[in-house]
Amino acid sequence: MIEIDSFANKIIISDAINKYPEECCGFLFGTEEAGKAIVSDALPVFNSAKGDKKRRFEITSKDYMKAEHHAEKNNFSLLGIYHSHPDHPAIPSEHDRVAAQPFLSYLIISVLNGAETELRSWKLNDEYQFVKEKLITKDLINNKITQ
Amino acid sequence: MPTIIIPTPLRKFTNNIAKLQVNGGTIEESLQLLSTDFPEIKKHLFDDQGQIRTFVNIFVGDDDIRDLQNEKTILQNESFVSIVPAIAGGIVF
Repeated sequence: MIEIDSFANKIIISDAINKYPEECCGFLFGTEEAGKAIVSDALPVFNSAKGDKKRRFEITSKDYMKAEHHAEKNNFSLLGIYHSHPDHPAIPSEHDRVAAQPFLSYLIISVLNGAETELRSWKLNDEYQFVKEKLITKDLINNKITQ
Repeated sequence: MPTIIIPTPLRKFTNNIAKLQVNGGTIEESLQLLSTDFPEIKKHLFDDQGQIRTFVNIFVGDDDIRDLQNEKTILQNESFVSIVPAIAGGIVF
C-alpha cells in the first residue's frame, strides 16, 4: 500500500502536466511503516531518453545518485519512481517491467489531452511481474482522502 | 578496503546495510565477494552469462567503469564503488 500526501501529490501532478506531451519522471521519498509506504516528498528529474520522449523516459545515473543523497540528507527512504503516460492508461508497459527494480513503487500518471486523469501504483512481485498496489492520496489541507 | 554503496532497492538483500567494505582488488572481485556474502543480490548484479547486468551501472567515485577498465577496473583502499540501477521505461521500448 502507498499513501501520497498533498505536497508530494502536487509536485507529481504539476510535473506530469507541465511536461505533457512528453513523459515526466522523478523519485518518491518518505517513510515506511508496517509495509505501508508514506510519500511526503517528490523530486522531478530530467527525462534523458534519447528519441521519442512522448513514449519513453530514462533517468541518468547522476540523477539517481542525487536522489539517494536527497534521501540520506533528509532522513527519508527512497520509496519509488514516478513517470507519466501521455495519452495512455496508467498501466506499466513491458519496457517498464524489464527495467524495474525490486521493492520500489512505480507510480504512473495518465495524462489525457494535457490533464491528469488517473494515478496508479505498481510493484514487482516475486515473479517479477507488476502488481497494482493500493493507493491513497491525502489532501491534508482540505482533509480529503481519495482511494 | 574499498567501500561499496548499495542502492536502496538492493538493500533488502544486504540486511539493509547501505555501505559495505569488501576486500576486492577489482570491480569484478568486489562484486563477486559481495555476492558470496549476500547470495540473493547476485542475480540483480550479474546475468546468466556472469556479466554485469545491462540495467546496472557501476561507478568508482564519479567515474562510470565503462570509461575505465569495466569490471577489471582496479580499486584502491579508499575507493568508493556505487551500484546504480538504470531507471528507464515508458509506453514503448
